[in-house]
Amino acid sequence: MSVLVYTESEQGSFKKIALEVASYAKAVANQLGTTVTAVTINTEDTSALANYGVDKVLKVSHDQLSNFNAKGYAAVIKQAAEKEAAKVIIVSSSANSKYLAPLLAIDLNAGYVTNVIEAPESTSPFTVKRNAFTNKAFELTQINTDIKIVSISNNSFGLVENNAQATAEDFSPSIPDLTVTVESVDKATDKVSIADAEIVVSGGRGLKGPENWGMIEELADVLGAATACSKPVSDLGWRPHAEHVGQTGKPVASNLYIAIGISGAIQHLAGINASKVKVVINNDADAPFFKAADYGVVGDAFEVVPQLIEKLKAFKAQQ
Amino acid sequence: MKILVCISHVPDTTSKINFTDDNSKFDTNGVQFVINPNDEFGLTRAMWFKEQQGANVTVVNVGGQETEPTLRKALAIGADAAIRVNMQATDGFSVAKQLANVVKEGGYDLVIAGRESIDYNGSMVPGMVAGLTNANFVNKCIGLTVEGSSVTALREIDGGKETVSTTLPVVIGGQKGLVEESDLRIPNMRGIMMARKKPLTVVEATETTPETTSIKFEKPAAKGAVKLVSPDNLDELINLLHNEAKVI
Repeated sequence: MSVLVYTESEQGSFKKIALEVASYAKAVANQLGTTVTAVTINTEDTSALANYGVDKVLKVSHDQLSNFNAKGYAAVIKQAAEKEAAKVIIVSSSANSKYLAPLLAIDLNAGYVTNVIEAPESTSPFTVKRNAFTNKAFELTQINTDIKIVSISNNSFGLVENNAQATAEDFSPSIPDLTVTVESVDKATDKVSIADAEIVVSGGRGLKGPENWGMIEELADVLGAATACSKPVSDLGWRPHAEHVGQTGKPVASNLYIAIGISGAIQHLAGINASKVKVVINNDADAPFFKAADYGVVGDAFEVVPQLIEKLKAFKAQQ
Repeated sequence: MKILVCISHVPDTTSKINFTDDNSKFDTNGVQFVINPNDEFGLTRAMWFKEQQGANVTVVNVGGQETEPTLRKALAIGADAAIRVNMQATDGFSVAKQLANVVKEGGYDLVIAGRESIDYNGSMVPGMVAGLTNANFVNKCIGLTVEGSSVTALREIDGGKETVSTTLPVVIGGQKGLVEESDLRIPNMRGIMMARKKPLTVVEATETTPETTSIKFEKPAAKGAVKLVSPDNLDELINLLHNEAKVI
């Protein structure tokens, strides 16, 4: 009856979201009066999970699973759920988790809810609060099925430390025929991805041209942040599409979002609204972004940003 | 190749979001509805397959009669036929179940749906349709080619992208990148005229039990006014982010 949590890793270590979903699973387990079991794939050292309330770890090692495969990973989690007789399964909002979870839901006849932002409001009936209408509303949703799958919005629950045993045990589920094959992966390893970032620095058309992005990258560098851009900037080809954030681009749910030279079209705001703290730097005091932001600087980005970089460097040096 | 493009009928991106019936239902009053943007990228890619490879393209929606103008728009863009499954959509699973029936009935090779709708943001329908029809599945797809029954797809991953290969039948969770924004088509007069004569078939829904139930909605609390910091006093901004917001 444990709560099962799928804890994702990259190159052998857990992603921050894995520790966040473990924290969430612990909160649900407390509500249900049960324990937390984590399932991990090709992760040797699982000790970090002990700090986040995980009682038991099912370790799966398999060559066929060295690249992510939604069907294969869903089959592993399904068998782990059956072994643990789990009624509640927690996953993150990563691209991979959102890829596998609908398949898992069908395999387990489980009700599945995404973008969940808080611990369940009640567990009988099982109701959770989620983001809907692209962050313009919250929805309270009830899951009616015996088995439930909950996908947590990144950075919504946070990390909660809870000491536990995290007793590891090897688990060898059967792997189905994998009919989708990864041919090549193109991933920047030296940059923070928007999905994993706690801070995102984003530039808009106010920056006037791609040649001016050096200061955006430098500011991101100082803050350990990911870089992003508005839709017009990616449509103009100033920045790659992968950096476009907003309703039709990538969603952002960071702790801090810094918008530079972005006016704040409703589609842009919808996509980034799940971020906790928003800062806008824009020379137009009437830009709609000032209505959505927590902090604002009305000023010329070409003067403000270089100064901010110097001041942040000094601040970081003192820390 | 038979292609089915799943079309979600969603409020226009600039719509004001309100709720009625004690905050339990979305208020459609005065709301303009459009093809879900993620679906529109898929529809446009389907047009490429139709024009370059002779594919036949059907669009489908699960909804009431009020969604038909959205299906007609998809026909005006160039789809050959439309199907409406007559049901008020409740949860993602029920919609996927109806779509899976249509897929099985029509024997489609390629099913394209948006990675998520911009209203309920469930992000589950394409994957569930794949699961229910036992088809291959590629999510967050940003590039797609089909040669015979071989499929090559580019998909977005966190921090990059990857190329995958698979075979038909396949379900695609699509998004921007399948085609670019500038490739999207606005129906012209000829398309609109032709769309009137194209078949729009209404099929009755089969009975399904919703797996999840929407209880109520709530709008985020009104935000406090922005705190403005003078560009001559950026130390204050750092101070606020560090000591007040605690994010750096």
